[in-house]
Amino acid sequence: MPVHISIPTALRGYAAGAATVAVEANTAGAALDALCAAHPGLANHLRTADGKLRSFVNVYKGEDDIRHLERDATALVDGDTLTIVPSIAGGLRG
Amino acid sequence: MGLRLKRAEAERMHAHMREGYPHEVVGILAGSRDTWSVYHVVSLVNERADSPANRYHVSALALHRAEEALAARGLDVVGYYHSHPDHPSAYSDFDRDHALPNMSYLIGAVTTGGVVGQQSWRLRDDRSAMDEEDIILED
Repeated sequence: MPVHISIPTALRGYAAGAATVAVEANTAGAALDALCAAHPGLANHLRTADGKLRSFVNVYKGEDDIRHLERDATALVDGDTLTIVPSIAGGLRG
Repeated sequence: MGLRLKRAEAERMHAHMREGYPHEVVGILAGSRDTWSVYHVVSLVNERADSPANRYHVSALALHRAEEALAARGLDVVGYYHSHPDHPSAYSDFDRDHALPNMSYLIGAVTTGGVVGQQSWRLRDDRSAMDEEDIILED
């Protein structure tokens, strides 16, 4: 049984319009990698060039931000759901 | 396709920008993604208490809750607005770095005299720049 990744509205266009994508993975990082392998247009919006999650990209396992768990190494079991939740930020000084 | 914006909601958004001055304010542009129309604007709390005059931030959970409430009312998120106090409505590199694709980013230029300009921007797929889109005011 796979794990499921919930895709936010802004990014669904890069995932063939899907709200949820199922992948086979046992860590959060592997799940995101599998997601990006299946839908390459997502990669540039989820991770920076050096592979880190972009600052506005938050990935939750249940109620917990994976940054507060084991980040990419956060363990998953079949049936888990990861939810990608954007934050928004900006401002006039670059 | 431009951003269609109800005049009454533009007025509410401008009032939020004026009231927040000299701090940046932020909110959601909600309506229909099918027609890229904004029927309702929602003000949010700028969480950047350390630098509110030139930064805004809304945490993931606060944004998620607001967007869930809109979804329950049948409203899509079309984009977000924020203000640039005493600065033009052009996007900054910081705005671009933090932008989501497939969303409109409306920026209002605010001075002591009120909202003196506004532009709406869309992030390119390759994140290299944002392109201006028309703002179409409707009654």
